[in-house]
Parts: sequence; structure tokens; C-alpha cells
Amino acid sequence: MSVVAEAVLPLSAPRRRRVSFRAVFGLSALLLIGGSAVFAPQLAPWDPGKQMLLKRLRAPMWQERGLREHPLGTDHLGRDILSRILYGGRISLGVGLTAVTLSALIGVSLGLVAGFFGGRADALIMRIVDVFLAIPYILLAMGVVFALGPSLLNVILVMGATRWVQFARIVRADVLSLREREFVAGARARGNRSLRLLLRHVLPNALTPIIVVATLELAFMIIYESALSFLGLGVQPPTPTWGWMLADGRNYVATAWWLATFPGLAIMLTVLAVNLLGDWLRDTLDPRLKV
Amino acid sequence: MALLSVEGLRTQFDTSAGTVRAVDGVSFAIERGEVLGLVGESGCGKSVTSLSIMRLVPPPGRITAGRVRLEGEDLLDKDGEAMRRVRGARMAMVFQEPMTSLNPVFTIGDQIAAAVQAHAGVGRRAAWERAVEMLDHVQVPAPRERAREYPHQLSGGLRQRAMIALALAPGPQLLIADEPTTALDVTIQAQILDLLRRLQAERGMGVLLITHDLGVVAEVCHRVAIIYAGRIVEMAPVASIFSAPMHPYTRGLLRSLPHPSRFGQPLSSIDGAPPDLRRIGGGCRFAPRCPYVRDSCRADEPALIEREPGHLVACPW
Repeated sequence: MSVVAEAVLPLSAPRRRRVSFRAVFGLSALLLIGGSAVFAPQLAPWDPGKQMLLKRLRAPMWQERGLREHPLGTDHLGRDILSRILYGGRISLGVGLTAVTLSALIGVSLGLVAGFFGGRADALIMRIVDVFLAIPYILLAMGVVFALGPSLLNVILVMGATRWVQFARIVRADVLSLREREFVAGARARGNRSLRLLLRHVLPNALTPIIVVATLELAFMIIYESALSFLGLGVQPPTPTWGWMLADGRNYVATAWWLATFPGLAIMLTVLAVNLLGDWLRDTLDPRLKV
Repeated sequence: MALLSVEGLRTQFDTSAGTVRAVDGVSFAIERGEVLGLVGESGCGKSVTSLSIMRLVPPPGRITAGRVRLEGEDLLDKDGEAMRRVRGARMAMVFQEPMTSLNPVFTIGDQIAAAVQAHAGVGRRAAWERAVEMLDHVQVPAPRERAREYPHQLSGGLRQRAMIALALAPGPQLLIADEPTTALDVTIQAQILDLLRRLQAERGMGVLLITHDLGVVAEVCHRVAIIYAGRIVEMAPVASIFSAPMHPYTRGLLRSLPHPSRFGQPLSSIDGAPPDLRRIGGGCRFAPRCPYVRDSCRADEPALIEREPGHLVACPW
């Protein structure tokens, strides 16, 4: 008797929202990183560009040759690593977020149109996607940046314009199956316009893969930006970026590990937090997975 | 003037394997407050007929001939935008599968409220109240709480009620119900049919009920049209269909139902299979399976003629 009651009760009891570790960790880590990027001018102990050649390649403060005033050490020009990471976060996160937003806007719209309307629009859009997939995106980015000149805006535009195909393909594939679902046919039979069918009935149901791709892409964009910076095509030094610091620190990795390690940790922590948050968002946004 | 009149409707699908004439010269009319049953086996053109009336036949299907009039207005002449305004507002549709006919990411209250807003131009709060009223109207228990639930949280019967509320919210005069109870179990079926009949009577709606279940027909329809291979073979008031069927196909269908007087005997079936809709020549489409077939049946396609008042049949014998 009691066994039956126990088995039935959880279903009828009001649902409790369990605090998820992924959400708490992801959100707080991202808030911490985002906050420290926003408030970098207030938080940073040093000017990130200030060179102090007498204090070159100092280790973090807990090590033997460390200095109290440089908690994470200094680089080969005697610049404070902590300050540079704080300032670099502004570029990495800002560029990553805007580039992902841009590429999602382009890719999702084109994917929706291709999948929903099919026919010529689909053929045309997917051929463009094939072209973009055939050309290595770094090569494409190099060409464009060479032509337009390296600047923050151009870097963002190039990143958005080369990665949208990821969104377009995923969205198109999902829309192809969604448009055949009965609730879409039903909505059409209630006299909804195509645009409304797309925005209210198709897009919300395709959100899950879009969010997952967006988080993966945000992580990718941070690394993409670093790669472009490394090639001299991204944000130009002396503006500090995580990618540049990582690339720069490579040369000293045997003797001064902290140059590459701390920006690398910053990238890793950010990417991890974004992925955890995306994972949690996906589960929460999909009502079918709610318990 | 009839609420809906369909005259000589032809819908065909041009495929690489040939032209499929799914609906081939179908004519019928529905009056206000009337329930017409459209009965036939799988693939005989029932659903294509309903989609043709809504002008929602998926490509490569297209309507090649005929007239569809709603309150005298020709629907086949309307442009896309005018047709869109007719859908939902003046004629609505309920589908077979309540599991997949509701948008999984919105609550049912949201979905009904959106349908109300689209057609009535009322505010958000008023539309929500109207949605709750509609749910109450289709006898969903605790409608205020249910309105906040997602489709996956409801049972099949409740979902179909929500579908009906959604279809009826804008106040259409014609409801097309495409096998509305096929996916439900028998007790729920009876409840949904009761509900449909009650709503239809209250609102004086015309209903086109598509089904393959003669039991459903007997319960809710005023008149019945039997469709075979894309053509109506018999159309009559529901009582005459059951008491005095004229077409051999109708008789075959009725004989295949279990009946107390034939208890213990195996159920009878109609020999053969429906014809390939890509290869239909002259002559009666049922001739190859008809136990009473004569030579002349194979030569000319019999016309649908009124043999008795209100009882039409496409068989001269």
C-alpha cells in the first residue's frame, strides 16, 4: 500500500525546481568573467600596456621570484599578466559574443528559409553553404582582412560571415522535419501567415540545436579570434587579447610557463562555463524534458 | 444556399510514376447545422478532398477542375491572402493525431489565445480569458489550470478537446474533422463524438466528418457520402444508408461489420483491392470487385443519380 502511494505521489506533488550545478557554476563563472571584463579598468592593478623592463618575466607571486604587486607574474616586456587578462577578456568575450550573434542571425534566417520554402531558395542557399564549406574559413578570413584591413569591426564581420554555415545547416535539417509536423499543418489550416508559421511554430521548436550550436560556436569564436590575432589579422597589438597572449607566451613556455598558462586557463574556463550553461539551457527550454 | 458546395472536384498528383487521380469528380453539399460523413477506406481520397476544400493540398498535388463554394463564394478563385483569411476564421480543421497536432513548446492556453487574437483582434488578457472559456466549453476539467499546461502533460482525450477548442475559438461556420477519434480509445472516442455533436448543434455549424468507421457515422452524421477510388458512389441520409444501402460497395462495407444476427460466423470481406488510381479506365471503378457486375458496367462509368428522394447512388441496377 505504502509502496504504491510512494510511487504515485511524486507525480501529483507540485514540481520543485531543483537548483542545477551546471546552471550555478556556468552562470557564476560567466558572470565573474564577464564582470571582470566589464570592470577591468577598476579591477586591474596596472595599465595593461605598461612595460617595466626591469621586472621582465617575473613568476607569479607565490613562486620564488614572484612579486606581490604582480599576482600572476609579468611577461617578456614586464607587463602585468593579470591586468592583461582582465582587459583581454573584454576583447575575447565581446568579439566572441557579437560574432556568434551575427553568424546566428545570418545562419538561422537562411536555414529557416531554405528548409521551410525549399525549391530554388533551398538550392541556392545550400550551394552557397557548400562554397563556404569548401573554402577553408581561415583562408577566407585572411583574404577579407587583407582586403579590408585588420580592425575590430572587420574581424567580427569576417568571423560572423564565415561561420554562419554551421547554423544554416543545422537549422535547415531541423526545419525540414518540423515543417511536415501536424501542428504546422494545423497552424496553416487556421490561416496563419508563412512568416508567423516560421517564427512561432517552426523556430521555437528548432531552438534547442541552435542554442547548442551557439555555445559551441562561442567557444570556437574565442579560439578563432585568437588564431586570427596570432596570424596578425585579428585585433592588433598592443591591445591585449587572450589569443595573442597565448600565442606570444608559446615562445617562453619552457622557461616562463605562466605567460601561456593563465590566458589559456581563462579561455578554458570561459568555454567550459558557456558549454555548461548551454547544456542546462537546452534541458530547461525543452518542456518535453521537464520532470 | 448551401454552406459548402463542392462540384466536380478533381485533385491529382503528378508523380514520376504517373498521374494519381486522388479525387476524381466529387460533388456534395453541406447545409448549415448539418453533419455530413465522408466514408471510405484508406487511400480513397477522403483526406485529399478535405485538403482540397481548404486549398492545402501539398505539392505535387493540384486541383485541376471543379468548384468549391463557401456560402456561395468561390474558394478556388481566391488569391492566397484572401484564402488565408478564410482558413481558421470561417472554416477550421481538426486532425487525426492529437499527439502531434499541438505545438509542443507553448501551453495550450497560449495557443488558443493566439488563435483568438489572430481573428478577433482583442487584447492579450481578453484572449487568455476567452481561451479558458473555450477549454471549459469543450469540457476540460479545471480549465484555468489546464490552460497553463503543455501538450505533453495532457492525455490524448484532453489533447483532442484542446484541438477542438483551438479550431472553434475563432467561431468558424464549417468544421472539417479528419478522423478526429481514430487515435483515441473507445470510451474517449464516444466522449469526443458527444462533444462534437453538442458543439455542432449549439453553434449551428456545418461539419464534414471524415472517417472509415461506420459506427462513428451512425452516431453523429445526418447524411453520409460513401467514397470509393476518388468518387462518391452513394450519398443518403444516415438512416437509409444503414436500412437500405443501394450500392454494392456500401452493402459490402455494411456486411463486413459484426452484427448480432450473424453471431458465430466469420466476418465477411470484399474480395480484391481498390484499383490503382494511376490506371483508371472507363467503366465502374468497383466493377472488378462487384458480385453483381454486368458487361455494361465495364463500358460506361455510372453517374450519381437520385434513385429515391435524397438518396443518390452511382449504380444503375
